[in-house]
Amino acid sequence: MSFLEVKDLRIHFPTDDGLVKSVDGLSFSLERGKTLGIVGESGSGKSVTSLGILGLHKGGRARISGEIWLDGEELVGASQEHVRTLRGKKMAMIFQDPLSAMHPFYTVGDQIIEAYRIHNDVSKKVARKHAIDMLGRVGIPQPDRRVDSYPHEFSGGMRQRAMIAMALCCDPELLIADEPTTALDVTVQAQILDLMRDLQRDFNAALIIITHDLGVVAELSDDILVMYGGKCVEYGACEDIFERPEHPYTWGLLGSMPRLDREPTERLMPIKGSPPSLINVPSGCAFHPRCAFEERTGGLSTTQVPELLETEGGHLVRCHLPRERRRAIWENEIKPNLEAS
Amino acid sequence: MGTYIIRRLIWAAVMLTIVSIITFAIFFLVPRLAGATPESLASRYVGRTATAEQVKDAAEQLGFNDPLIVQYGRFAKGIVLGADYNYGPSVEHCPAPCFGYSFLTRLPVWPDLLDRLPVTMSLAIGAAVIWLIAGVATGVLSALKPGSVFDRAAMGIALAGVSLPIFFTGIVSLVVFSYGHPFRITAPGGSFTPFSENPAQWAYNLILPWITLAFLYAAGYARLTRAGMLETMNEDYIRTARAKGLSERVVVVKHGLRGALTPIVTIFGLDFGLLLGGAVLTESTYSLPGIGKYAIDAITNQDLPKVMGVTLVAAFFVVLANLIVDLLYAVVDPRVRLG
Repeated sequence: MSFLEVKDLRIHFPTDDGLVKSVDGLSFSLERGKTLGIVGESGSGKSVTSLGILGLHKGGRARISGEIWLDGEELVGASQEHVRTLRGKKMAMIFQDPLSAMHPFYTVGDQIIEAYRIHNDVSKKVARKHAIDMLGRVGIPQPDRRVDSYPHEFSGGMRQRAMIAMALCCDPELLIADEPTTALDVTVQAQILDLMRDLQRDFNAALIIITHDLGVVAELSDDILVMYGGKCVEYGACEDIFERPEHPYTWGLLGSMPRLDREPTERLMPIKGSPPSLINVPSGCAFHPRCAFEERTGGLSTTQVPELLETEGGHLVRCHLPRERRRAIWENEIKPNLEAS
Repeated sequence: MGTYIIRRLIWAAVMLTIVSIITFAIFFLVPRLAGATPESLASRYVGRTATAEQVKDAAEQLGFNDPLIVQYGRFAKGIVLGADYNYGPSVEHCPAPCFGYSFLTRLPVWPDLLDRLPVTMSLAIGAAVIWLIAGVATGVLSALKPGSVFDRAAMGIALAGVSLPIFFTGIVSLVVFSYGHPFRITAPGGSFTPFSENPAQWAYNLILPWITLAFLYAAGYARLTRAGMLETMNEDYIRTARAKGLSERVVVVKHGLRGALTPIVTIFGLDFGLLLGGAVLTESTYSLPGIGKYAIDAITNQDLPKVMGVTLVAAFFVVLANLIVDLLYAVVDPRVRLG
């Protein structure tokens, strides 16, 4: 069994308007030292999945079923108290907006010290030294002075570095980064991604990167999982997704990614429509109302939910189009447009 | 930080000056505008039996014929430096801060106020401790389970708390807990024992007024805390705190409550400052000889120097509380830049 195994994970939220199926039957696995990128639009269930793994959904509101095995230990149904002791220590999380994710009234150092001392029985002094070490490791200059700064005294990139230091301070084995670069300047994004890659190598942690930006996962991921409407629509190695993508939604994501190597006059190819309602999920394939190839399935995609099937070694696709048709469409209709320049 | 404090201090001094001008205007200018003559003003300072000649002399001596600016100068000087009252043969010195002499008792106002201050302070401090603990705790518990039975009950009681006037809750509690035999837990009002003399007796005499006053304020603080907690508990940093593996108690108190504290500190400073100027209703209901009771008695007797003294002292406390709140801001919220 892999270090992290998620099997048929379902996270549903009962609301007054109906049952919101934020995550609906998601499975994946991840080894130590490897990186999984989870990609999808807003509301596709990425963040809900990560919060579900950490057990951060408020008790009673979310209905979680399926299995989450972390290092041989089942987390779904485990006591809240037990999962709490794993949080921060065994699994940690980096959040999207470091300004709002850090407490404005405590110094950066205090917040790291707090995180360290929950799981390590050490004096404040030792913890403080550790916090300074960690700040130094994530590349914050003069960490012995900056440790006493408040989050608002840091720049955006420095804050995200501090956030990473906080997440890594207990040496977690699973690190989940939820849109770690979305709130940052482009120039800083690359630095943070480099930092995360270096740190992952040092710490040998399993890393999950959640993003809507394919560029980010291309940099870092070993595997990529594309989510749509709470379900996995395509899952495979990084090369599979970028070189042999087979799902129309993945094609859409690739087409709407701005690229420097394309002609400036060329238009991006956005996916038409908007993400599906998670209460009244479209019948059949959830993507069919937005899919340009929907009619080629002969009406199948409006009536039947496609299965997630393996097309070749570890590459899974959820689509009614036959494999050969998909490949042909990719080679003849999509790829040439993407590489038009 | 230093310049900030100095600036706030100067501002406080300006506020106090403005307050003194307004007070002066209310007590000396408004009656003149309403048609009072120097003689009719002076007639309050001399006995009823005084002749017209004596009143005229008194008006002259008290300076009611001088230009207003001179009168204000004398009034302000009396507060800051003290004043000398010339009664013909003898000169009586009224040490600073001089608010004049009571019409009724012929005693200077300030020492009276000083005597009353410990009562009002005891009342305010004790009530503040109770309402802070009860109000904030109720607010936090309500916010953790909004819509629960506890929340609804607490907010219902809080609504009653802010709506019911002191003279109602005070009298009811006196009837039930003081005069009512089955629940007699405390002495009837009217007695005050200084803390330094007998702390137990001090608390025993004050427990009912404390609770009555605290009920009024706790209700407001519960609602304020609840609203603040509902907001902060949805902040991203609360999720971060949970993700660190903190226990829920630490998350709620150290991260949630800390985030909701700023408005509570602000309101508390102002409420407390206001109370030090006299909890009029509570002190009257329980016959506590504090500043509020003093003010009511003074107003009933039209004893103007006393009323003026209370007004200025109350204003002083409000300005002082504002100053302290401003300084505390920087401590509570490090994002507030001072300078």
